[in-house]
Amino acid sequence: MSLLSISGLDVHYGGIQALRGVSLRVEEGEIVALLGGNGAGKTTTLRAVSGLARASRGEIALDGASLRKRSPDAIVRLGIGHAPEGRRVFGGMTVRENLDLGAYAVRSRSAFAQRLEYVLATFPRLHERLEQAAGTLSGGEQQMLAIGRALMSGPRLLMLDEPSLGLAPVLVQTIFRVIAEINAHGTTVLLVEQNARQALRIASRGYVLDTGRVAFEGTGANLLADPAVADAYLGSA
Amino acid sequence: MHEFLAQLINGISLGSIYALIALGYTMVYGIIGLINFAHGDVYTLGSFFSLAILGLLGATGELHGPALVIDAGLALFGAALLCGIAGVLIERLAYRRLRNAPRLAPLITAIGVSFILENAMQVWKGPSPVPFPAILPNPAVTVAGVAISLQQFVVVGLAIATMLALQLFVHGTRVGRAMRATAQDRDAAQLMGIDINKTIAITFLIGSALAGVAGFVSGVYYQSTWFFNGFGAGLKAFTAAVLGGIGNLAGAMLGGFLIGIVESFATWLLGGQWSNVAVFAILILALVFRPSGLLGETLPEKV
Repeated sequence: MSLLSISGLDVHYGGIQALRGVSLRVEEGEIVALLGGNGAGKTTTLRAVSGLARASRGEIALDGASLRKRSPDAIVRLGIGHAPEGRRVFGGMTVRENLDLGAYAVRSRSAFAQRLEYVLATFPRLHERLEQAAGTLSGGEQQMLAIGRALMSGPRLLMLDEPSLGLAPVLVQTIFRVIAEINAHGTTVLLVEQNARQALRIASRGYVLDTGRVAFEGTGANLLADPAVADAYLGSA
Repeated sequence: MHEFLAQLINGISLGSIYALIALGYTMVYGIIGLINFAHGDVYTLGSFFSLAILGLLGATGELHGPALVIDAGLALFGAALLCGIAGVLIERLAYRRLRNAPRLAPLITAIGVSFILENAMQVWKGPSPVPFPAILPNPAVTVAGVAISLQQFVVVGLAIATMLALQLFVHGTRVGRAMRATAQDRDAAQLMGIDINKTIAITFLIGSALAGVAGFVSGVYYQSTWFFNGFGAGLKAFTAAVLGGIGNLAGAMLGGFLIGIVESFATWLLGGQWSNVAVFAILILALVFRPSGLLGETLPEKV
């Protein structure tokens, strides 16, 4: 059974249909890339999984159990972490408070200490800035905090929405390396990216969305090699 | 000089009541962006509940010793609890379904809830001011030649203790942190696993309980209450919240004390008929020259 399976998903915002029958699956242990241009429905897909956007049709299931009627906070407790588009760190709070909030659903002190140690080992920069207000961090540091915060709940599936957006090239490399490490450590990853080539290099499989539909799907290598995908979505490089 | 100090102390006493009410306005605004115009009436409800509890306890006059502590304590906590529950019910019944509606809809609803509460209280206690038993012995202490009544000490002391407790709660507890997170970014808070419905309900519970404390305090202080008290006091407390920077707890407290002091001095120097003019002139000046308030964020946190 797939860890996450989405089938025939429709999402509407007011009168606008953002997703049209999207189906995809994420197997335990994979990194799956979700690609596509602006407005293709990548963010909406993640928001629907998290319960922030309501599906008008279709099914979303974690380990076969439906998420569609669940509230966002219940979905976090079921094991889905989500670092949203635009990082959305709590700017007025310290890095430590942000990480504490990430573990809001974690009641066990020892589990909390373990998660914190893991996150700070993964992002040593956050360790140096624990008492600093999150709003004063650089963009790269805020992205690390957003990912670290999502990891604090100990998710089985980590969803990352454009983690490389707006970062300097050297930081982009770091972020992709860290995503691969997190995955190697046992966390399944659903990765939304505009930086398609980089994402496909670390992904086992990928989906390309176009105006709310899945246009292509395949292994990372196949998508990278497909001239139709390369033409339309990977840019010439 | 003595008159100056006496008016200052009056102003601080009055201001501590405004500050307690202003906290509820600012907490609710901070978390759901709603000016809860029914909040002033929850404050009146607090004095009515206190009155009812004292009536049940048979406390009609000055109390001493254990009876004072027990009866006053029951009236205070009872009023706070009942107001808190009223606040939660108001949110659940009137505001929750409108949370994602255009802003005008919940605002109009809040005014409607205000009318409902005012009329219900008018039915309950009648259209005239109602006497509130003078339960507190009231010897005056003379400090530097100025007589300060025990009531004033109690009013200000209770208000400050309540505000300190609120600060500790908001900054030192898990639920307090969830409230701040929800106020800053509702979606991100949900992604942390925070149940925002519960968090918003707790915010209404606490804000309304503070209004209940203010209702008790004002009854003890003025020895009178009236179904329509909350209208004026609510508007002034709202002014205090805006002056301090709406959404900001410390600002609401500061604004409350400032508005109390301004009202007291305006009454002394210009006459009682000018006190409202002075208070609302300050609201207008604040809105024109410092719309984010004295302690409000000058940079928006939400980008």
